[in-house]
Amino acid sequence: MSEAHHIHNQDPNAGAEQRKAIWKTFWILLILTALEFLIAFTVPHGVLKITIFIVMTIVKAFYIVGEFMHLKHEAKSLIWSILVPIIFVAWLILALLLEGQAIYDAIFG
Amino acid sequence: MAAHVTTPGSVEPKMWMGGIEPMKASYGKLMMWFFLISDTFTFSALLVAYGYQRFSFPAFSGDFADFTFSNLYWPIPEKVYEAVPFLHGMSLPLVFVGIMTFILIASSVTMVLAVEAGHRMDRASVEKYMLWTILGGFTFLGCQAWEWAHFIHGTDSGSVFTVIEKGVEVTKTVFGANLIENQYGPAAFADFFFFITGFHGTHVFSGVVLNILIFFRTATGLYDRRGSYEMVEKVGLYWHFVDLVWVFVFTFFYLV
Repeated sequence: MSEAHHIHNQDPNAGAEQRKAIWKTFWILLILTALEFLIAFTVPHGVLKITIFIVMTIVKAFYIVGEFMHLKHEAKSLIWSILVPIIFVAWLILALLLEGQAIYDAIFG
Repeated sequence: MAAHVTTPGSVEPKMWMGGIEPMKASYGKLMMWFFLISDTFTFSALLVAYGYQRFSFPAFSGDFADFTFSNLYWPIPEKVYEAVPFLHGMSLPLVFVGIMTFILIASSVTMVLAVEAGHRMDRASVEKYMLWTILGGFTFLGCQAWEWAHFIHGTDSGSVFTVIEKGVEVTKTVFGANLIENQYGPAAFADFFFFITGFHGTHVFSGVVLNILIFFRTATGLYDRRGSYEMVEKVGLYWHFVDLVWVFVFTFFYLV
């Protein structure tokens, strides 16, 4: 993204570049979602499939947060203020999935 | 960022009381971001709790084609979500939820187009795109209402489960779902379905209410008088967040 969309006036052509970026993001999200469907019915269930899905979800999240929510173009300190707390979520995922596995092993293992 | 550049004739709405602008963002926008972070934690807690339950239950181990619903193992989502309105009895796995995903992504696009139009102070375009966004929100809510109704009522034949009632093992046919039992799998499965999609649906609903408010205030010229359409941007952040959550719910609830 260039500095072009900083310009503000009543000119209807203003922001054309930004609109182009919006539609590009839309197509990326749509194609990724379509691919997820394709994978859901072609790739056998397993670790590979789940990994592909998680990676694609993170890519989609990147485009939604980065482009639609505009975070990619905010001040660095704001970007990090939003991203760093996500570490707690990563920790929660790890802790509870391990815990869930331990419960499974205790009951069914 | 773009909205921060002063439009000719507008006041300086971005400066905080100390005369500077922390993180180059207005107060309202920054607070919206931090609200969204706290909401992220709430949704993460729900989704992680789902993962925790799923990991502590057995998964279906047999051949995919032989899958039947049982309360002894977690169901395969493709087998649960396969109904589409007006196509009764047909097995169309994940088609309807795919349509819902598309609707939400499309409404996110119209929202960001409204924000972009607001940067240009183009009131007519903001109104147009806000209406599309509101329409998308209502459509999504309608789809979800149908999905819930189908999930609650269940299939024609139901599932035959052996359950323990008052200390005695009984075999019975379970139809649909509620918080105590469901025909798709363990009770926790339907509980998480109701809580996670319900909590998300509540967010969509409040987003639609906010969008209507923004549309109204745009149409009555408030933002033109104020010289800034930043409120569209702030509510836009919330709306994209709702879309973002759906991306995760879609993956972890319907795909994996």
